[in-house]
Amino acid sequence: MADTKYSWPASHQAQLIGKRVDRLDGLVKSTGAAKYTYDLNLDKQLIVRALGCPFAHCRVVSVDTSEAEKVPGVVVVHLINAPKEDGPVEIQAQGTLIAAVAAETEAAAAEACAKLKVAYEELDVFVDDHDLAAAEAAKRTKAAGGGIELDEALGEPGDDDDESEWEDKMIQRLLVESKYVVEGRYGIDAITHCCLEPHGSTLQWEGNKLKVHLSTQNVSQCDDGFAAALGITADEVDVHCDYIGGGFGSKFQPNYWGIAAAEIAKKAGRPVKFMLTREQELQIAGNRPSGYIDVKLGADENGVVKVWDSHHWGTSGFNGSTVSVGTVPYVYKPKNIRRRATGVVTNNEPSVAWRAPNHPQACLLTQTAYDDLAAKMQADSFDIFLRNLENIDTPEKASVYAEEMRIAAELIQWRKYWHPHGKGHKRGSVVDGLGIGIHKWGGTANTSSCLLRIHPDGGVESYCGTQDLGTGTRTVCAMVVAETLGLPVDAVKVNIGSSTYPFSGASGGSTTVGAVSESHRRAAQDAIAQIFEKVAAKLDVPADQLEAIGGKIQAKGYGDKAMPWKQACSLIGIRPLEVTSNYQRGTASPLSNEGVAGVQMAHVAVDTDTGEVKIKRMVAVQDIGLIINRKTAESQVYGAMIMSIAAAIFEQRINDPKTGAFLNSELDAYRLPRLGDTGELVVHFHEPESERSRGVIGLGEPPAISGIAAISNAVCNATGVRVPTVPMTPKRVLDALRAAKANA
Amino acid sequence: MNNFEYAQPQTIPEAIELLATADNNAVVLAGGTDVIGLMKRFVVNPDRVVNIAEIPELQRITTDDTGNTWIGAAVHLDQVLDSRSMNAFPAIKQTIQGISSIQLQCQGTLVGELLRRPNCWYFRNGHGLLADSGRMVVHGDNRFHAILGNRGAAKFVNPSRLAPALISLGAKVRIAGPTADDERIIDLEALYRTPRSDREMENVLEPGQLVTHVMVPRDAGHLSAAYEVRHGEGPDAPLAAAAVSMSVVRGVVRGAKVVLGQVAPTPWIAAGAANAMLGLPLSEELAARAGMESTAGAMPLSQNEYKIQLAQVAVKRAILRAAGLDTGDIPSCMASAELI
Repeated sequence: MADTKYSWPASHQAQLIGKRVDRLDGLVKSTGAAKYTYDLNLDKQLIVRALGCPFAHCRVVSVDTSEAEKVPGVVVVHLINAPKEDGPVEIQAQGTLIAAVAAETEAAAAEACAKLKVAYEELDVFVDDHDLAAAEAAKRTKAAGGGIELDEALGEPGDDDDESEWEDKMIQRLLVESKYVVEGRYGIDAITHCCLEPHGSTLQWEGNKLKVHLSTQNVSQCDDGFAAALGITADEVDVHCDYIGGGFGSKFQPNYWGIAAAEIAKKAGRPVKFMLTREQELQIAGNRPSGYIDVKLGADENGVVKVWDSHHWGTSGFNGSTVSVGTVPYVYKPKNIRRRATGVVTNNEPSVAWRAPNHPQACLLTQTAYDDLAAKMQADSFDIFLRNLENIDTPEKASVYAEEMRIAAELIQWRKYWHPHGKGHKRGSVVDGLGIGIHKWGGTANTSSCLLRIHPDGGVESYCGTQDLGTGTRTVCAMVVAETLGLPVDAVKVNIGSSTYPFSGASGGSTTVGAVSESHRRAAQDAIAQIFEKVAAKLDVPADQLEAIGGKIQAKGYGDKAMPWKQACSLIGIRPLEVTSNYQRGTASPLSNEGVAGVQMAHVAVDTDTGEVKIKRMVAVQDIGLIINRKTAESQVYGAMIMSIAAAIFEQRINDPKTGAFLNSELDAYRLPRLGDTGELVVHFHEPESERSRGVIGLGEPPAISGIAAISNAVCNATGVRVPTVPMTPKRVLDALRAAKANA
Repeated sequence: MNNFEYAQPQTIPEAIELLATADNNAVVLAGGTDVIGLMKRFVVNPDRVVNIAEIPELQRITTDDTGNTWIGAAVHLDQVLDSRSMNAFPAIKQTIQGISSIQLQCQGTLVGELLRRPNCWYFRNGHGLLADSGRMVVHGDNRFHAILGNRGAAKFVNPSRLAPALISLGAKVRIAGPTADDERIIDLEALYRTPRSDREMENVLEPGQLVTHVMVPRDAGHLSAAYEVRHGEGPDAPLAAAAVSMSVVRGVVRGAKVVLGQVAPTPWIAAGAANAMLGLPLSEELAARAGMESTAGAMPLSQNEYKIQLAQVAVKRAILRAAGLDTGDIPSCMASAELI
């Protein structure tokens, strides 16, 4: 069946694809019946708690475990970052795990951790990522790339010219010749992933075989990590994850605490559960780098940006990287660009992938400056964003952006509510405003295999080593198989979340819905083709004239020539029909694609007396190829918009300037939006046939990008003042308003 | 958390005995919304935990012969919110509604809320109430810290959200212990103090003492309201807060009590704000002037000057709200853009 042509049903023929289907696991999740890694308790299990380093930068000189070992109930004390023969261990971020204790109860483990006597030698701490000059003075910076791109029309340097001097001169000249110049500093603070279910595992050894329940977004590939660290082979590790309470890019690895859990279980000869505490989750289990920029842009009389000149910096922690230089400027790409990036080395845990790595920061750093151009011109931001579509890095998407902007503007009633920046009606101390942001993403399908088993009695089960991050992957698998076989969704028993199932790639980079749609559609089409062959003979209809629909196999267009599903399956024989089909990432396919645009707009109210920012309405317009489950797709976008609200108004990692301590690493101090803070969220999928026919494209990242810039721009439109750095806390809003007043 | 003795007395004398004999290291457990978290973080490490939630006498809201309302220490916030006896005190109801977590409302108790430990992140991260005699705060991140009453070592702010409302209404507390016969009733504001050394707490309770009741005096026909400047709709601490109780006769202010919250190590009675209004017709301008007066003597730290304005706005808006006037802010619930 190698030549089977894979395809999706046309929209008017689809029974399930594109419809709104409830999550298969919605009920068990909402009732608490679903067991997350944190919920699992194995027979005779020990609980592990770890001691995190209280200092942001120090050496661990010695660890005395004697008092900890005396705590009743303690079974194993396990050193993680303790000095070895070659001397003390340097710790570069607060919370780094020093040692762990496995005990009969969590309380005993925690008490023993508190009784570990660790000798530290404190070292100099640096955490100020905002102030580039301070970082340079402290020798805490690293060059992170840059370069110049000039319009060919400017010609070439002369033979006597130094090339880089000539290029610098060109940038200067272009800025001088620009009708409008905007010079600004913008910023976006570091935030953490803040997974509701902390990182961790519940695991046990069975002889030489390790069985791990891991809170992971990478079920199929974490066995490698365990095996490599533990000196066994990947076949000796089984990883399971039925449900996961948040990953956002931070749960691809076993992590060193996962390895420690396996080592402790081995020492104890008993199962262990090792989940990070909330504080440790925020301190060490994932953060998104900060970004700050000094930018100068020059535009012509129409507000089309002709030259961009920027230097940005930020911190990804002690490895000292920053927002990727190639992502700035973002989406918009004027013909003349000079850009430079500098990483700031701070005493924080290195960042890990955060939903759309680099993009939210790059978008904010770029599109605030574009909006300030509109403010300077007292022009409509919509028009400026629209006109600048003539210079974007994905020119083939210009018409998609234009159409999406038009739709978004209608949904947010742009024409009705728009006013020039700072010129709106004030009611009491409250002003309102509109803002816009645009984004892009790839979203290619990851590699995925699906084993589909159809039983002679009509039963259908699928196996795939993917995972459901909470986005509805399980339901998507069922829908795709059910659509293909002409069955209801609940007729398909979906099995995912185990590394013993056929390989499926990590859920990262918006690659999962494409991956599982590919593998499940392929497997189901391969299987149904075999069943069609058998039914064809019985019904005397050519196999290629059959269709599976409504629980029957029937001749296309002839309902009288039909065979119920169960009867058709009885033709399989006495053993089940098993098909394993595979999709390799990067292979051109009629089922999936990559590359999307997307527009978001925000309507906000700002209380100029208190600095409070409230979302009134937010609109997301997103092209996403073919939609499998409209309901979970919308949920995905709602979640992304709420994360944007969080980053724009609430979330930030706050380091103590002296000690480097992460001051708000508990949820009582780490501010997040609540439902009352989200305003009205409107999701619109832009899905003309030209988009739908492209096939499935990932949706995880794109809607989590431009909302932050849109909200910042809306606050600027409301107040006439740019709050330069997000989150726009009341303090920052008031500080910006006061500074503007002082300058006026 | 460390191991501890757990006791669940059935009477107030039993509770006092258990607290008094614990060698100065017992804590009271009622709703547990604060103390449990502090114990888990080893910030509070009691040898004995005395759960007063099951003492029947503390579970009731009663009205005495003179019309005063007595609220027991185990009464949950949602019971206070729903109590008819509170209908005359909008400041109390508004504040409980502002604690916009159903869990905190239903599990937290009124007295527990009044005695919540400070939210100062240096305290909660284990550096003690004064955090190196205030130095960690002065040189650290003090965006949420005190702007008033902060000249000593204490830089934290009193975290109670209900204390300003109750103090403005003249509430008192009944303190029992350290022996079974000891009982005194003091003004709520006298419960709080600014600690000067690490040996002192942020309240005047001695070991073995228990706040058993809060008394809200009979409704004197005063207007009251509270206003909190909040960063979002969640249960996070407000940035500044104010409550006001005032008598207004034919449009003229004849008496007023203005109390600020979240700005000083204790609830802050702004006498100047009240005096500024006496004998004058109530107006938006007067409310604004009272707000300006309320922060007299403020000494902002390096990062919290903005809180002066927030406190002033909170006072102004509490007064306007008490008077039934428009506060001019963002409606707290905006279902759609049409609402503004």
